[in-house]
Amino acid sequence: MRELTVKDAINEALVQAMEADPDVILMGEDIAGGAGRDDHPGALDAWGGPFGVTKGLATRFGRERVMDTTIAEAGFFGAAVGAAMTGLRPVVELMYVDFAGVAYDQMLNQAAKVRYMFGGKQKVPMVMRTVVGAGFRAGAEHSQTLYSLFTHVPGLKTVAPSSAADAKGLLLTAIQDDDPVVFFEHKRLYMEKEHVDEAPVPIPFGVAKVVREGRDLTIIAVQRAVQFSLAAAHTLAEEGIDVEIIDPRTYSPLDERAILTSVAKTGHVLIVDESYPRCSLATDIAALIADEGFDSLKAPVKRLTAPHTPVPFSPPLEDAYLPLAPKIVAAVRAQLGAGAAIGTRRG
Amino acid sequence: MSTARTIPPAPNGAAAGETPPPDALLAMYTTMLTMRRFDERVRDLSAAKAIPGYAHTYFGSEAIAAGVMAALRPDDWIASTYRCHGHAIAKGVALEAMAGELYGRTTGTAKGKGGSMHVSDFDVGMLGAFGIVAAGIPIALGAALTAMRKGTGQVAVAFFGDGAVHQGVFHEGAGLAMLWNAPVVLLCENNQYAEATAIEYHLNTSTIADMACAYAMPAERADGMDVVSAYAAARRAVERARTGGGPTLLELVSYRFSGQYEGDAQGYQPPEEIARWRERDPITTFERLAPERGISTEALARVADEVDRAVDAAFAAAERAPFPEPDDLFDDVYVSYP
Repeated sequence: MRELTVKDAINEALVQAMEADPDVILMGEDIAGGAGRDDHPGALDAWGGPFGVTKGLATRFGRERVMDTTIAEAGFFGAAVGAAMTGLRPVVELMYVDFAGVAYDQMLNQAAKVRYMFGGKQKVPMVMRTVVGAGFRAGAEHSQTLYSLFTHVPGLKTVAPSSAADAKGLLLTAIQDDDPVVFFEHKRLYMEKEHVDEAPVPIPFGVAKVVREGRDLTIIAVQRAVQFSLAAAHTLAEEGIDVEIIDPRTYSPLDERAILTSVAKTGHVLIVDESYPRCSLATDIAALIADEGFDSLKAPVKRLTAPHTPVPFSPPLEDAYLPLAPKIVAAVRAQLGAGAAIGTRRG
Repeated sequence: MSTARTIPPAPNGAAAGETPPPDALLAMYTTMLTMRRFDERVRDLSAAKAIPGYAHTYFGSEAIAAGVMAALRPDDWIASTYRCHGHAIAKGVALEAMAGELYGRTTGTAKGKGGSMHVSDFDVGMLGAFGIVAAGIPIALGAALTAMRKGTGQVAVAFFGDGAVHQGVFHEGAGLAMLWNAPVVLLCENNQYAEATAIEYHLNTSTIADMACAYAMPAERADGMDVVSAYAAARRAVERARTGGGPTLLELVSYRFSGQYEGDAQGYQPPEEIARWRERDPITTFERLAPERGISTEALARVADEVDRAVDAAFAAAERAPFPEPDDLFDDVYVSYP
């Protein structure tokens, strides 16, 4: 069976979307690399973005459709909104989600609101691809996740795939979607491999995936937290604890039914997320369960997140920052009354 | 503490360029007078609290929108600001739909979802009015990008005020527009006030047109109080864009007779300054020059009659139109949402 990395699955989705629709264009900083340089053979497609995700696309589709921009996120994000409003389907790359601040007005106030504030007569079919996640020793300004900054905003859709097949299928859906979509790519998952169908098969938004079935406790996680949870589930299984792992895959829309169905089955919930805890997706999902699933609960809803600190640089600190498998194991045991509780903050 | 910068005198009178024929001029006058009468109603209704929310009137800059839009094709795009009434009227947005929007009624351009700051009408090339200063600049650039990619020959014009030239997106947009040689006109409506700050106290260069040199962009500064001057300058910029010559920064100098918003006491604008600029009011200037441009006073009077009737009818219809239902709140957030 053919296996692809997450990185190559995203590249394949872009190729297939661009082949299917000439209105799909890409914009971003060094998404080709080498800009307009043609005086030596390695210049075109030298980069493909800092992680090489878009490598080869400029050679294949030309610089008219794979546009290296200046380092001006607000400028080219705004241009993408205008291009989307008038008939193109731009896929723009925000090199790291940490740079959201410099292009946030275009997402918050224009992309998200054009349809509503102009009375439903316009649409903004654009995709913002961006890179998230700690674990690269990249420090406070290149390691955040920030899912909630975008999920908070009505008008935006948010997608956070945790595997190669999901990344491809969800990106195909994002590009075909008529609303603005924020597509989070976790930098520590880019090299993860699995079988990916060669045919372009879109995966619908708002449909969670049951990553592992289990009867004792529900873990809700996306992206790298799914990996941590799977490792924890393996350890817990040896102790006879059987956890279920739900990956919502899209945060807006959110598959509330899948979450509540699993909670109704297990009666115990742990939400695992490497984002900051305050006003986060973990908080949001906990509130959903409190509102709609309270009667199913045999114990309080628990969250295991990063602490409310910036992402640190030093390796031992960054490792301590993440909700790694041992913490999940301890949290599950505590939830089920089988061990000591572990907190997400000091003391 | 900042000290006042000396700004060169505002251009006065039409620069070189042919004067349009009388019927075209009369159409521009109609457009200008419609804006003036429309916003007079907005001013009064806003003071009477009959119109909810903020209102930003266009008094003093009527020649700019009328002149620029006369230089555009109907399918050309514009992106506008919260001071959008004049741009929308000149681009051809129906008065009744505009008045309906200001009243928050279902007959409005956005079915009452947008309000005075967010008038739009795709069908006449009005991409929309954005409430964040300078936000429309990269959006117009994006529309120009679509025109390039699809080979439609359309031009996009971004309207913005003098205060907007300090925003990052003005500079980012200017750089990208040159990089892409995009068919876009950066149209600075220099009404000499950035909210409550006079231009002498916020501009770093002598003129706004000077800022184009950082981007090697063609630029022009022209009189924005005379519609013929505004039209002629806009035509040069639009033709440059349409024929592959790329972007232009066009600074049209006018004066904001009103405050930043309706209800603003204008304490920062010296009365004698307002009085001095009143002498160059674009509408009375047009009326004074009409005979020598081949337009009779009878023709002007006929236009005034038509405009009054059209504005009356628009506001009367808007007042009668229904408000949205509470359930309409949920419509149009997304095209589709499972």
